Amino acid sequence: MPCSRTTPLKSSFALLVGLAILARAPSVRAESATLGQEGAAAHALDRLGYGPRPGDLQAVTAEGVDRWIDVQLNPERIPVPADLQQRLDSFETLRLSPVELFKQYGPPRAERGVKPTPEEMKASRQRARVIMAEAVQARFLRAVDSPRQLQEVMVDFWFNHFNVSAAKGLDYLWTGSFEETAIRPHVFGRFRDLLEATAKHPAMLFYLDNWQNTEPGSPGAKRREDGLNENYARELMELHTLGVDGGYTQQDVIALAHILTGWGLPPGRGGGRPGLPPPSPDGFYFDAERHDFSDKVFLGHTIRGSGQAEVEQVLDILARSPTTAHHLSYQLAQYFVADEPDPVLVDVLAKRYLATDGNIREVLRTLFHSEQFWDRKTFEAKYKTPYQYVVSAVRAAGVPMLNARPLYGTAAQMGMPVYAYLTPEGYKNTRDAWLSPDATAKRLTFATALAAGRLPVDRPPPPEAAPGEAPMPKPPGGALVGLAMPASDGVAAEPAIKPVPLDAQAILAGLGHRFGPRTLDAINTADPKLQAAMVLGSPEFMQR
Amino acid sequence: MDRRSFLRLSALGLGAGLIPVGRSGWAAQGGTGGKRLVVVFLRGAVDGLNVVVPYADPAYHDLRPSIAIPRPGAAVGALDLDGHFGLHPALASLMPLWQQRNLAFIHASGSPDTTRSHFDAQLDIETGTPGRRTTDGWMNRLLAVLPGPHTANQGVAFGPTVPRILSGKLQVANLPMGKEMGKASILDQPAVSSAFDKLYAGTDAMSVAYRQAQQSRQEVMATIDHETQEADNGAPPPDGFAGDARRLARLIANDPSIQLAFLALGGWDTHVNQGGATGQLANRLKPLGDGLASFVEGLGQAYRDTVILVVSEFGRTAHENGNGGTDHGHGNAMWLLGGGVAGGRVYGAWPGLGTGQLHEGRDLAVTTDFRSVIGTIAQRHLRLPDTALNTIMPAMPQAPGEITRIVGA
Repeated sequence: MPCSRTTPLKSSFALLVGLAILARAPSVRAESATLGQEGAAAHALDRLGYGPRPGDLQAVTAEGVDRWIDVQLNPERIPVPADLQQRLDSFETLRLSPVELFKQYGPPRAERGVKPTPEEMKASRQRARVIMAEAVQARFLRAVDSPRQLQEVMVDFWFNHFNVSAAKGLDYLWTGSFEETAIRPHVFGRFRDLLEATAKHPAMLFYLDNWQNTEPGSPGAKRREDGLNENYARELMELHTLGVDGGYTQQDVIALAHILTGWGLPPGRGGGRPGLPPPSPDGFYFDAERHDFSDKVFLGHTIRGSGQAEVEQVLDILARSPTTAHHLSYQLAQYFVADEPDPVLVDVLAKRYLATDGNIREVLRTLFHSEQFWDRKTFEAKYKTPYQYVVSAVRAAGVPMLNARPLYGTAAQMGMPVYAYLTPEGYKNTRDAWLSPDATAKRLTFATALAAGRLPVDRPPPPEAAPGEAPMPKPPGGALVGLAMPASDGVAAEPAIKPVPLDAQAILAGLGHRFGPRTLDAINTADPKLQAAMVLGSPEFMQR
Repeated sequence: MDRRSFLRLSALGLGAGLIPVGRSGWAAQGGTGGKRLVVVFLRGAVDGLNVVVPYADPAYHDLRPSIAIPRPGAAVGALDLDGHFGLHPALASLMPLWQQRNLAFIHASGSPDTTRSHFDAQLDIETGTPGRRTTDGWMNRLLAVLPGPHTANQGVAFGPTVPRILSGKLQVANLPMGKEMGKASILDQPAVSSAFDKLYAGTDAMSVAYRQAQQSRQEVMATIDHETQEADNGAPPPDGFAGDARRLARLIANDPSIQLAFLALGGWDTHVNQGGATGQLANRLKPLGDGLASFVEGLGQAYRDTVILVVSEFGRTAHENGNGGTDHGHGNAMWLLGGGVAGGRVYGAWPGLGTGQLHEGRDLAVTTDFRSVIGTIAQRHLRLPDTALNTIMPAMPQAPGEITRIVGA
């Protein structure tokens, strides 16, 4: 038994949680000599964050792991460093509303019936590249540098759960805003609020096509908007809430599509219709003229035809469903604990979810205090995704983070371009999905370049690429899809100044006692110039 | 900001550490007598009814008032195949293969499972065990029953990850798709590779993947080395899928050890404004058709022994939706091309698009189980014994008679 303190609790554990007594339960974390406070701190930093930076391990150990976790669950208690905030504040497009983004950067409109030329369209796309460039830069800056590590992990988790793609149509305008306004404010809140925020954001309305979903023959139906579109209705159940085996039928998909008719984007390029009040800048608009006002039967519930309130009612049903609770709990347990999580843990989390009306913070608190989370077998047993790998490497290296392009480009080459996964199920986080020969070689190439100081992450990026410069790598399966994404440099870049190799011993000290004797022996007997690359390229560092 | 300069720096010493696996060294004779199978997966569910267009079906044009492909003979109409079906005009570059009787379609084919989830349906096709979904993929099981020694590049996934279809007990290679393939890497430096060799010397999954990468890379570098001598007078292949396809074909043609290959292309989930003879779907089909034609050309002599299977997870609704697109459906068309394909023919019993003929009143029905097509390829093209079939496709239904004649002689 790795954790002697937990043994008496085991049999009654699920029951206790079911009774919701564990809301502020003491940790079941082992404090045995084999694990040690520092081992616990390393595990927490690896799972609740993107791994330790030099000094983090000692700081979290000194603070106490339980306290650190509690603070991470309440990120407003953690000040954002002034220099990080200053860099974030410089990204002006992150603060624009969806309607503003469309007006300032959207495709040019026809003037007096004359369509914009292809050159004008291209110039507009070129101008809009700044939006994704800033979003990518902000995402990596925060992942690497923010002390609110769990918040950044949860932003990635929920963005991925509600995936949209900048590679689809107009979503190059809105994907950054989606994360900033629909995901980020709700990552620890009620799932119901998160669900509604994503349902109303133009990035989602566009990505899963619901902006065109129209009741056939309704007063507002016209040309391309004269009929049902099932896309969002299906994925809302399959991916966002109930899960694919959630018990819904094709009839439920169709009923939900009817309920969602008219749930979309403001007409008139965001300006609204004459005679009606102007739409809000958040870019959501319910068009009653395209809605089906008849009564529907959805998942056995009768939904009275009433317009927008039908969707509110349906989101309530979906968010409160035990099936949804189970689906989300499975995903959280898989992300934070193990590729094949213990069903007992999933049940415990689902009960907590239902008992707290979908309070994400409380579900996470239960998770981080579960015996499964602290089981020694789970330590360093999750294979990092490409994104987690590059972010954790830069953190471990302790280099200042000024330029995200090499990280973005490397993750993209490994099949994980941030914000550009084409299909709505999002990236997987299992070893099976990511461990491959080519990916292994790419990680080692990256580790070698970073360790040699040849990766320009610590230098400000040049201005947004000129046309034709540095095309971005293609997303998996996306060879046929054009992208409007920031230029990326992959792992290879011209060192503008003399590269400064990293100090292997400093990195080792920052990562703690995770390395096996074989790895340490290989590192310590290697050419000193390669030692830092070997630390960041070691099997132990591939896992979290 | 230029990767080439960096690679120049890092490539000093390139080649010195390569084990001379020479082209003749590893795989002069594959166990299948040089037979290959390349699977192209169109992820997102391509609209098969607008790819292989049933223009003579009386319901087709009514179901698709704004997206139907015009009849053959009309301006940008379908390219007539057999008087009943026509090919999407964006795929014109495949017509010579049809005329050479090297291109066949199996219409109204698909999975017996009726899920309309992309992700479940892709798993059904990739595992070859619809509804049950084994943890391994059928191409990996196929690899296991191929006779002869298993070499590093016998099964190759092109792309940054190994998809389910190739996952399983046997190690497979994965290689990058684009121009990156065969470029110098810092791992070619002997000092660097021997340092990492020490870290990845175990029997764990990461060590196995590492060694697979190194071996696979050595073979590719040896092939590419040879290849550069006979490239198109030094001109690089074009950008986009046609260029990628040509590079892959050359690699396959020059490395006889590659027997099974897989690649996936996305962007087919056309719920909105998919267009007809022109438009979004046409814009995706065009590079696909051009790429396949370029792939065939790049294969050269190896084309004779290669079968290329194009498959998607399910078809799309027979009727267009309210937004000039189509929603998730059921039956689709599989495409088969290759020197040994009995082509120039659309196979499969046509269930019709009329009321009462559609699956659940909305989708093309499935009359040919996808597994029987794959089983036929395994048997008649890769020459595997009947006993191996149950390993590859457990519980596979008996193939309809005409399907068993689709390839091989």
